[in-house]
Amino acid sequence: MQTLRYLIQKEFIQIFRNKALLPMMTLLPIIQLIVLSNAASNDVKDVRLVMVDNDQSEISRSLTRKISANDRFTLVEVSFSHDAAFELMQRNKVDIILEVPSNFEREYYRGETPKVQMLVNAINGQQATVGSGYLNNIIASLSAEIQRDESLVMSTSTPRATALVEVSSNNWYNPELKYPHFMAPGILAELAALLTIVLSAMNVVREREIGTIEQINVTPIKKWEFILGKLVPFLCIGLILVTVGLVASKLIFDIPIRGSLLLVFGYAIINLICVLGLGLLISNFADTQQQAIFVAFFFVLIFILMCGLFTPIESMPKWAQYATIPNPLAHFISVTRKVLLKGSGFWDIRWEFIYTIILAILFNVAAVWSYKKQQ
Amino acid sequence: MDKRNAIEVEGLTKRFGDFTAVDAISFQVAKGEIFGFLGANGAGKTTAMKMLIGLSRPTEGMGKVAGFDIDKEAEQVKRNIGYMSQKFSLYDDLTPKENVRFYGGVYGLSKNRIKEKTREILKELHLEEVANKPVVALPLGWKQRLAFAISMVHDPDIVFLDEPTGGVDPYVRRQFWETIYQVAEQGRTIFVTTHYMDEAEYCDRVSIMVTGKIEALDTPEKLKEEYNANTMDEVFLKLVRY
Ligand SMILES: Nc1ncnc2c1ncn2[C@@H]1O[C@H](COP(=O)(O)OP(=O)(O)OP(=O)(O)O)[C@@H](O)[C@H]1O
Ligand SMILES: [Mg+2]
Repeated sequence: MQTLRYLIQKEFIQIFRNKALLPMMTLLPIIQLIVLSNAASNDVKDVRLVMVDNDQSEISRSLTRKISANDRFTLVEVSFSHDAAFELMQRNKVDIILEVPSNFEREYYRGETPKVQMLVNAINGQQATVGSGYLNNIIASLSAEIQRDESLVMSTSTPRATALVEVSSNNWYNPELKYPHFMAPGILAELAALLTIVLSAMNVVREREIGTIEQINVTPIKKWEFILGKLVPFLCIGLILVTVGLVASKLIFDIPIRGSLLLVFGYAIINLICVLGLGLLISNFADTQQQAIFVAFFFVLIFILMCGLFTPIESMPKWAQYATIPNPLAHFISVTRKVLLKGSGFWDIRWEFIYTIILAILFNVAAVWSYKKQQ
Repeated sequence: MDKRNAIEVEGLTKRFGDFTAVDAISFQVAKGEIFGFLGANGAGKTTAMKMLIGLSRPTEGMGKVAGFDIDKEAEQVKRNIGYMSQKFSLYDDLTPKENVRFYGGVYGLSKNRIKEKTREILKELHLEEVANKPVVALPLGWKQRLAFAISMVHDPDIVFLDEPTGGVDPYVRRQFWETIYQVAEQGRTIFVTTHYMDEAEYCDRVSIMVTGKIEALDTPEKLKEEYNANTMDEVFLKLVRY
């Protein structure tokens, strides 16, 4: 135990003496939070829409009014010609064409179910999908306003519009669809994992490069002492990073903190131990810092692409969903989103805990086991 | 193992793939002896030393250091030896004081013992003034002497020095060898490699390694006699014909 204390003490002295590390721990997460939360945002603000009003009725005009009153939509044109509107879409000047057929109002009052047609420009899928979702809401609220039992029924030419149900149910805990709220906790988790993996792997390999590790290997130090002596300091760095990131997210984006922070930090500790174990494992197989970085990035990239930050895990193919189980980052993101945005308690994130603990044990045991004092 | 021996080696071999870096070497080093381990660049000195101190597994052969098997009891060997690497390997960004404390701590010295050791080393090496400056700022000679002192922070019976005087000036080399003599007088065994033949003359016995094999082993006087040479320099050149 005493040996461990000296190892940790030495590591902290080196960390605080390293001029590059402290800014990296504070500035980097804040910058990345701001940039990524905004840039990687799915927020749809400016959906360009052409209204083809063949009906020229009271209903179609109030629909036009409602749409132009909504600040997510820009009404590019109200046209009478389907072809002219379609031409605009082909030139990518418009995201959605909403076409009201002639005799729409008459059929409606006759008790039939007339249909409005929505043409969605799938080139800009994000814009179109989310936009058509909003549009559906507007139409639904209009039809509710026209106090009738039979509501407007509409069909769309692409199946995307039916995604409406899924989209809104995914976001029920973020009803205003504030994407920074959704992104920030994920990016926070990603940053903490990435930085700690890379830092820990590099640190050990650096000792190998300068030769100090040889001096340590010639002492009677135990393998687990060495690994733990690296793990604890970097765990602290990771926790500082998470704290800085959380405070920044709160101050900059005012993200909601609905659940227990203690739970978030409790989970963060386990997750960091897990990714640090991986970082140290990598370091045992790398002779140079370049090698370590390469291998670390190999894992980090896979983790990031399959962590649910950009693509929801639910919409991945089944095999890819299973592939997220050994991905500590996916669990971290899931936990921060659930606890912070939804206010989930321990029971809701028990699987994330269980998977991460198993991974943490695996990685760290492997790290101790593969650390060779003797070549 | 003979009780009077600190190191015994029998047929020790290390291969890297097809390449034999150390080729079945055998020798004994008595307790309290200063043993010079000479050889040209790439002869296999460092490789052999690393097997003796438990950093490298022998491919073949066996060896005992401080009474422990170098392969099966490497961790016990480590308790009883000090090692100064050919590559400077103190922490550059730590101060001399912090380096002493760290290695003392890792060897399991008590707090008081560490304090005592720190005071002793700083005084002996006249490092009091730079005790709180990062080691990186020290001149090479000082660094080497500090590394030597730290390799003995736990008072080992046997000290392995791999080119301890490489690149330092003659004055520091003189100081260095005075320290080596002091350490040997305390009853410790010194196993040292060097490229300076004047230093070879200071050793009790020397071995000369040529491409992985020990070609000669005796006291400097006997070797000079045997090879009909006036200096160790000549002995070395006669043996190591490129
Ligand atoms: N890990 C390794 N893998 C492959 N070859 C190695 C390895 N370590 C050493 N060698 C080779 O073994 C030979 C002996 O190297 P060693 O470092 O033991 O020589 P040395 O006598 O210490 O030389 P120097 O005086 O330059 O320090 C060299 O040819 C070297 O290239
Ligand atoms: Mg060498």
